[in-house]
Amino acid sequence: MQKSVLKNHAKEGAIWGFIVLELIFFGIAGEYMSMTETAFLAPDNMILLLKQSAPLGIIALGMTIVMINGNIDLSVGATFALCAIVMLDSMTWPILAPLGNWAIPFAWGLALMTGMLMGLINGLIVWKTGVDAFIVTLGAMLGFRGLVFMYNGEQPTFHLNWTMVDIAESAPLGIPLPILVFAVCIAVVWWIMNRTVHGRNAYAIGDNREAAVNAGIKVGPHMVWNYVLIGFLAALSSITFYSESGSVNPNDGMLYELWIITAVVLGGTKLTGGRGSIIATVGGILAIQLMRKGLGFIGADTAMVNLVIGSILIAVLYLDRQLNRKGEEELKI
Amino acid sequence: MSTEQIPALRLENIVKTFPGVRALDGVSFTVMPGEVHALMGENGAGKSTLMKVLGGIHQPNEGQIFIEEQPTVMNSPLDAKAKGVVFIHQELSLADELPVAENVYLGELPRKSFGRVDWSKLHADTDEILKRLNVGFGPKDLVGDLSIANKQMVEIARALTVEAKAVIFDEPTASLTDAEKSVLFEVIEDLKSRGVGIVYISHRMEEIFRISDRVSVLRDGQYRGTLETADTNEDEVTQLMIGRSLDLSRNVQHGELGAVALEVRNLSCGNLYQDISFQVREGEVVGFYGLVGAGRTEIAETLFGLRDPTAGTILLDGKETTIHSPIDAIEAGISLVPEDRKGQGLVLGMNCRDNMTLPQVDDMTAGSFVSDGAEVAIFDQYRDKLEIKTPGWKQLVGNLSGGNQQKIVIGKWLSMHPRVLIVDEPTRGIDVGSKSEIHKLIRELAGQGYAVIVISSEMPEVLHVSDRIIAMFHGRITRTFTSDEVTEDNLVQAISGITPEQGAA
Repeated sequence: MQKSVLKNHAKEGAIWGFIVLELIFFGIAGEYMSMTETAFLAPDNMILLLKQSAPLGIIALGMTIVMINGNIDLSVGATFALCAIVMLDSMTWPILAPLGNWAIPFAWGLALMTGMLMGLINGLIVWKTGVDAFIVTLGAMLGFRGLVFMYNGEQPTFHLNWTMVDIAESAPLGIPLPILVFAVCIAVVWWIMNRTVHGRNAYAIGDNREAAVNAGIKVGPHMVWNYVLIGFLAALSSITFYSESGSVNPNDGMLYELWIITAVVLGGTKLTGGRGSIIATVGGILAIQLMRKGLGFIGADTAMVNLVIGSILIAVLYLDRQLNRKGEEELKI
Repeated sequence: MSTEQIPALRLENIVKTFPGVRALDGVSFTVMPGEVHALMGENGAGKSTLMKVLGGIHQPNEGQIFIEEQPTVMNSPLDAKAKGVVFIHQELSLADELPVAENVYLGELPRKSFGRVDWSKLHADTDEILKRLNVGFGPKDLVGDLSIANKQMVEIARALTVEAKAVIFDEPTASLTDAEKSVLFEVIEDLKSRGVGIVYISHRMEEIFRISDRVSVLRDGQYRGTLETADTNEDEVTQLMIGRSLDLSRNVQHGELGAVALEVRNLSCGNLYQDISFQVREGEVVGFYGLVGAGRTEIAETLFGLRDPTAGTILLDGKETTIHSPIDAIEAGISLVPEDRKGQGLVLGMNCRDNMTLPQVDDMTAGSFVSDGAEVAIFDQYRDKLEIKTPGWKQLVGNLSGGNQQKIVIGKWLSMHPRVLIVDEPTRGIDVGSKSEIHKLIRELAGQGYAVIVISSEMPEVLHVSDRIIAMFHGRITRTFTSDEVTEDNLVQAISGITPEQGAA
């Protein structure tokens, strides 16, 4: 038994080892290949990296829950954009506009409710129809994006409230607010998944749904709650990002779901459910952001970044497969 | 029945109909406290439907369930458990990635405020149950790391989280070794002594006669009677089950043996098996017997090109042959009827004909299209030869009975004209009546000159069909028996790694 515990620790540690490798590589390569004078590992650069990781990271926490639960959510990118529109546009509504700065909390609340509603819709459809979550949320991805375009056509939606920008750009204790929000989310989601009955049941459902049903776990409601949670987190991510920028394009958030799933899988969460770690997902997000930022730092273009990350994803999963099962015991295909 | 004892569980006149089927037709059944009551019947006799009614998955159309003579309605599996009826499923119903404790209390994790899990209570309670079962693992061990037997113990531990009045064991020994079975039987004895009523479902006669007090038999959804185990015998039970008696005696008919068709010399494959040598002649059935994990299936997979051996040679008709893929194997004349018929042997959503002609569909083309006529001709030929019961070739294989499905797989390979036919677990999940047909078929095939290898975990089956029996233990051949010298005792010794007394044979 000891061996397996060690193996699990080694697996969870792998992503952090990878991050260290990236830091060393870009730290050294940056010295020779960078266009700028600043070092890649400079504290300012690292804090910026964390801040830029927050929007994807917050949603990735939700994706981890949903995937542990044995489902998936492809609609998060569209939800992200939709919540931004609701938040920014609602502040110009006749009912909120006269409130001045007091409109901000209401706008945030509306955005969060929108996210939760989208999650609720996904969850209820997955539960009640029994259609595969991949298909349901693929449909939702198209549908929610449709709502985004219906709102303002191809035009960006913007509303600049300087107080909101100030709040979003604030840095209590010297730490930018998005990082703090991300940190709180990590703590809360970790607690939910590891300390509450809901979280443990989510693992059980993803691991063996039939066993969970037989044991009397209310599988459907648990799944719905997890979709509501990811919807909430997508909205929260949207708030932390758009409160600062104040402008959303109808194409924003596209492909987010794929970056997020990539990060979650890199962190070791099983696509089929039952296994996954919140902390390792954070590692996955940081690894991807480091890769994107690092490659950019040494002068690679976006196309190159995508190629590298795609290759790494497949390589990592191949390694994981080789390490998990003894090659010789597997049948040839 | 004494007046002071009331039944732990009583089913009265249960009727359950599904559209077009009367799955249960007035079944009554009583389990006394401290009794092991075996429930037998062929597949499709209604055992599983009865258990689903009892477990609250189905509601009966008529009839009543009584627990300690109180009329009871079971609303769900959890409800049944709360009312003291606990199931131990054949298919392990566990979450592998979770620790033992969370599996034992699956769905019933103890709670603290804010929906938190009460870990200390969870671990303490689990620990107590595990101590009672006297197992070698703890509450925090990962279930995925446990052996099948220990996983079974986790299932049993679940049953002990409530004060069970009745525990239902559904084919609990399907994947257990003999030593593990003994532990299971001790647990059953322990439950018995605590006054729990036990329903024991199994196909294995020797187990039924070892542990049960009474046997009840279902056939075609109807209750066929209850026998006192002590006063009955296998024949009587079988007759109740299938309405006729069955021949499961030792194989005595030796066919004419021809030349050596297949010879294996010093074959090894990593840790899976080592130093395997044997011969199979034309017209001979060689049985491979051993525990799950002894390496039998892996040898078959190697011969069929699904694994590469790490050492050793395979000779066909005396010529050394290398087999790297199933295509090589088929060309060399080796066919494998795999262990998991539905998973590995058939495409369930395809019809009978297409399944049967699957390996040779490339050769049956007219122009670039598959020739329907040629396919149907092959299907008809083997349907008649193997007496496959199907309304027609268009029937989906998934709708056939297990025995007929197995015949389709066998027909598929016979149509490729193999020299060597390997059959892995020929009758797994096939009901008793069809079993003897498959056995007869295997003997007939040998009679026609095929060299046949039969791998089986069922001793009566191996004894019944084989000319020679190769016993395996931990990846090695421990002994080879001719059908004259084999006895149940020396066979059990050989597969348990007990060295036979020198000169015994």
